[in-house]
Amino acid sequence: MVDATLSAPFDAAAARAARKYFIGRVGIYAFLSLFAFIYILPLFVVVANSFRPLPEIIQNGLIGFPHSLTFGAWSQVWNSYCVGGTCEGIRHNFFNSLEMTIPATIISTLLGLMNGYILSKWRFYGSEVIFTCMMFGVFMPGQVSLMPWAFVLGQLGLANSITGLVLIHCVQGLSFTTLFCRNYYVNIPDDLIKAARIDGAGFWRIFYKIILPLSPPILIVTVIWQFTGIWNEYLFGVVFTAGRGQPITASLVGMATGGTNVRVYDVMSAGVLIGAIPPLLIYLFGGRYFVRGLTQGAIK
Amino acid sequence: MTEATILAEHGSGPSLRERLQHAMPFIVLAPSLLASFIYVFVFTIWTFYISLSDSSLLPTYHFVGFEHYVSIWANKRWTIAYSNLLLYSVLYVSLAILIGLGLAIAIDQRVRGEAIWRTIFLYPLAVSFAVTGTVWAWLYSPNAGIEFFVRSLGWTDFTFRLTTDRNLAIYAVIATGIWQSSGFAMALFLAGLRSVDPDLLKAAQIDGAGPFRTYRKVIIPTIAPIFIAVAVVLLQFAIRTFDLVAALTNNGGPGIATTFPATYVYDLMFQRGQIAEGATAAILMLGALAFVLVPYSLWLVWRRRRESAHG
Repeated sequence: MVDATLSAPFDAAAARAARKYFIGRVGIYAFLSLFAFIYILPLFVVVANSFRPLPEIIQNGLIGFPHSLTFGAWSQVWNSYCVGGTCEGIRHNFFNSLEMTIPATIISTLLGLMNGYILSKWRFYGSEVIFTCMMFGVFMPGQVSLMPWAFVLGQLGLANSITGLVLIHCVQGLSFTTLFCRNYYVNIPDDLIKAARIDGAGFWRIFYKIILPLSPPILIVTVIWQFTGIWNEYLFGVVFTAGRGQPITASLVGMATGGTNVRVYDVMSAGVLIGAIPPLLIYLFGGRYFVRGLTQGAIK
Repeated sequence: MTEATILAEHGSGPSLRERLQHAMPFIVLAPSLLASFIYVFVFTIWTFYISLSDSSLLPTYHFVGFEHYVSIWANKRWTIAYSNLLLYSVLYVSLAILIGLGLAIAIDQRVRGEAIWRTIFLYPLAVSFAVTGTVWAWLYSPNAGIEFFVRSLGWTDFTFRLTTDRNLAIYAVIATGIWQSSGFAMALFLAGLRSVDPDLLKAAQIDGAGPFRTYRKVIIPTIAPIFIAVAVVLLQFAIRTFDLVAALTNNGGPGIATTFPATYVYDLMFQRGQIAEGATAAILMLGALAFVLVPYSLWLVWRRRRESAHG
């Protein structure tokens, strides 16, 4: 009896706390859901419209569920859509992007690994200064290098070529990859290297036997960062290549803002998705590393 | 090389192998070093020199001094570009931080499906500004996008025409930029919230601080450096804004209402054949970046020193 009278006000307080907690939870989920809706909407719109027939899109607007499904837009944008005078779809641009991104990613990552290794484990007089100077490359806006690149590419006979873009992305990417790898290798204890040197291991042996086996995490971060960055790059693509020779990011903008008044939303949606799928896949499968690269690139 | 072999044969001094071994780091580093040096210093000075010349369609090296640095401020297109950049920077950075922090705090409340929420808010970062800009341009377009949709629901005089209105188009760019980047702020803030010392939180709890007070008085002050890092990175993005505008408002439209410094550079160099003026704007962009990054780097160095001094 005594217990009951004592616990009555307590129960009321507990109920109030529980209600407050419940309202708080609902609030949190409502807030997250609202933003999730805004974040998903554009993705939903492109995916849905790439499968909707154009007349249906024109009639019902871009935001809507498909009433009927068609794959025509996908094959049209891949094979036969007319971009810049030729009617061969955007497949060339997609392959251009692969031809640009894969070599540039591999080369800049390999160079970054070596540079990072040297600048952290084979320090010499002035190596810190060299590192700092290389880091300026991270912050250079592309616009500053446009005119010099135009000259250099012209002299090398690489104007309007994917090889030219590979060269640009290798040089530009060097500073990022070096930064990532150097900051990662700095945390490998120097004693490990010293011991190996006493055992007679040289520059390459230490690299293969000690550094490389410890590298997979930073390797993945660097490759993801470089691949998505180079794939998505627009400025150099639009300035130094044209038409069929453009990487997909540049050609998509050309298509979307090009002269025609009729908006072919279905074909463009499929095109946009083709351009966005490679980095999106990388993000979905390597998300953890993607975020790590992001935070490292940002803070250090 | 020959000297080394001779020395090696005579058995005095280090062998060729040893010398090569010793020089290996320099040999491997040299190509990158040369490339970076040319890219960072030679290219910058080159562009700077072009900005001091009277180049028009092609680069010439006839020196005219700082003429363009004076005349650019009288150019209406440039005035619009930098006022857009200022407005964009302020709203984009502050709102992306606010939304990012809000999302991070919400996710930090032990919500279900944390990984799914995070994936949703971060995916725009994997996609190019070109793609983002294209899709949002459709959503803003009156005859197919959001306005059309809301009207079809029955609200027939609803208007939402950001990109076709000269005065509002900049807000379309800002909103889209925020959409793309607040996930980035969220990721950094979330990492920061997770790194707060649990003892500190316990102490706040014992002192009777509620969750709101704990955030305001304990957690947010401890993650203050992250605010600065996020702001600096976002400011950098803002100064470089180019692809987004190219895709969203067709390179600065309507008219020149959403011109940015980066679009200005592109326009002058490649559309109008005024290379020297374009180079001037590019150097001013670099100046703006330095204005943000130099104090930040100095602050980082200062903080690191202070930390090591305090053990």
